[in-house]
Amino acid sequence: MNDALDVALRLVIVFVVFLTFPLIVGQTEHKVMAHMQGRLGPMYAGGFHGWAQLVADGVKFAQKEDIVPAGADRRIFQLAPAVALLPYLLVLLAIPIGPGEGAVGEVIDAGVFFVLAVMGVGVLGSLMAGWASANKFSLLGGLRTAAQLLAYELPMLLTAASVAMAAGTVSIPGILDAFEWWWLPWQIVGAIVFFVAGLAELQRPPFDMPVADSEIIFGAYTEYTGLRFALFLLAEYAGIVVLCGLTTVLFLGGWHGPWGADGLGWVWTLLKAAVLAFVVIWLRVTYPRLREDQLQKLSWTLLVPLSLAQIALTGIVKVVIQ
Amino acid sequence: MAASVPPTRPRIPGSGLARGLAVTLRTMTKKTVTEQYPDVQPDLPPRTRGVIGLFEENCTVCMLCARECPDWCIYIDSHKETVPAATPGGRERSRNVLDRFAIDFALCMYCGICIEVCPFDALFWSPEFEYAETDIRDLTHERDKLREWMWTVPAPPALDPAAEEPKEIAAARKTAEKLAAQQEAQPEVQSPTEPHADEQARAAEQPTRPTGESKQQTDQPRQEGDA
Repeated sequence: MNDALDVALRLVIVFVVFLTFPLIVGQTEHKVMAHMQGRLGPMYAGGFHGWAQLVADGVKFAQKEDIVPAGADRRIFQLAPAVALLPYLLVLLAIPIGPGEGAVGEVIDAGVFFVLAVMGVGVLGSLMAGWASANKFSLLGGLRTAAQLLAYELPMLLTAASVAMAAGTVSIPGILDAFEWWWLPWQIVGAIVFFVAGLAELQRPPFDMPVADSEIIFGAYTEYTGLRFALFLLAEYAGIVVLCGLTTVLFLGGWHGPWGADGLGWVWTLLKAAVLAFVVIWLRVTYPRLREDQLQKLSWTLLVPLSLAQIALTGIVKVVIQ
Repeated sequence: MAASVPPTRPRIPGSGLARGLAVTLRTMTKKTVTEQYPDVQPDLPPRTRGVIGLFEENCTVCMLCARECPDWCIYIDSHKETVPAATPGGRERSRNVLDRFAIDFALCMYCGICIEVCPFDALFWSPEFEYAETDIRDLTHERDKLREWMWTVPAPPALDPAAEEPKEIAAARKTAEKLAAQQEAQPEVQSPTEPHADEQARAAEQPTRPTGESKQQTDQPRQEGDA
């Protein structure tokens, strides 16, 4: 009975985090993006600086009619948003926020494997949507998503493997337990490659070729309306939370910090993830969209070699210090 | 801009990317220029072309504004009235009386030609701009509404410190000085021109915006006894 209560409590907490953090990131994006462009952003909804803008957006989406095109593959079309969104919820379960068993949804021994495998599933949602919509723009978007997934999954896996090599374990809490501050300069290339590849996998600007709204009308999401479209958007922001959390725990030392009392490690984790989320927004505002060929070129000629070099460096240092 | 960078300078790879990030970050720390209009009224310059006000007393129904209006949005109706002679044996005079003065702001293109062309300063720009209507016919403002706008006309901006004296003031002052000199030259003669000089001096005191009295004096029947 006590175990069941414990599990239920953990699930509820993870679920609440899953529902609120993406909204916080989204609202931050509204405001940060606006100020970076010399605007104010939402100012009305909720009264104080438009804090309830995303709630209002949600209400709007919920009121819209849920349309399934006549030529669409009905069941796949309706299932796709869930496939896009749920993997991020599962990944969130495995991200530890502080030291010890109490600060992680579920300790998974092969955590890195689990996390990367499940994150890959999320992209399937876009592929399903692209194919099932029976729309030319959606199909184009789906194909671009597939190409991007192939190109960027590889450097992401390689750099995650580099960290696992350094720690000698694939368990995420294990990696964090082994973390030392000098891992930061040691794994910095891997961290950057992981973060950039993660951005590309989330199809965030500047890697948003698959959803490029000005040329292929939001790609795979062209035919979606109402709540299902909102779920796709939520998946994007949940993806940001997950990516920032993963980068934090794999490369930035999670709850380790230069100072701070015991038991406050989770503050460091949240702080690092928040800074990374800001960087995600910052990059979106600053850079224009990469063309499809530039996108592929960046991955195959820059990120993959860099991640291989990082693995080699990790191996050499690991052998030397032993 | 690109040409100004010397081509020989070694470029650090990625420096352009960093500069882009710096631009957005710097913009974020600056104050935004957004005006929150319905909550905060905009700070408009005094010459803003918001709406046209009519100072009816100055209007002589000369119709110049209506004729010059490029899109014919000014409607004027008037009739003639006969003013009886002010003194016995004098001549009767006729004057125009304004019956209707309306501006259709649905047609108006805010060129300001009517205001420029008015020889008696009867039309003025006002910075008020919140007069949207749900019916296009309500955009035709009749004379009472145009009169209301008149009260929103701001005082004209002050002249530059070294600016030339306005012509009206200069002319009035010159006349007043001349008369004063004449008076001093022959102080024993209490000439009938004295009230006239007073009037000129009064005109010189308050001429920044010509008001009804000073402009309309040509319309009023002359005080024949003074001449």
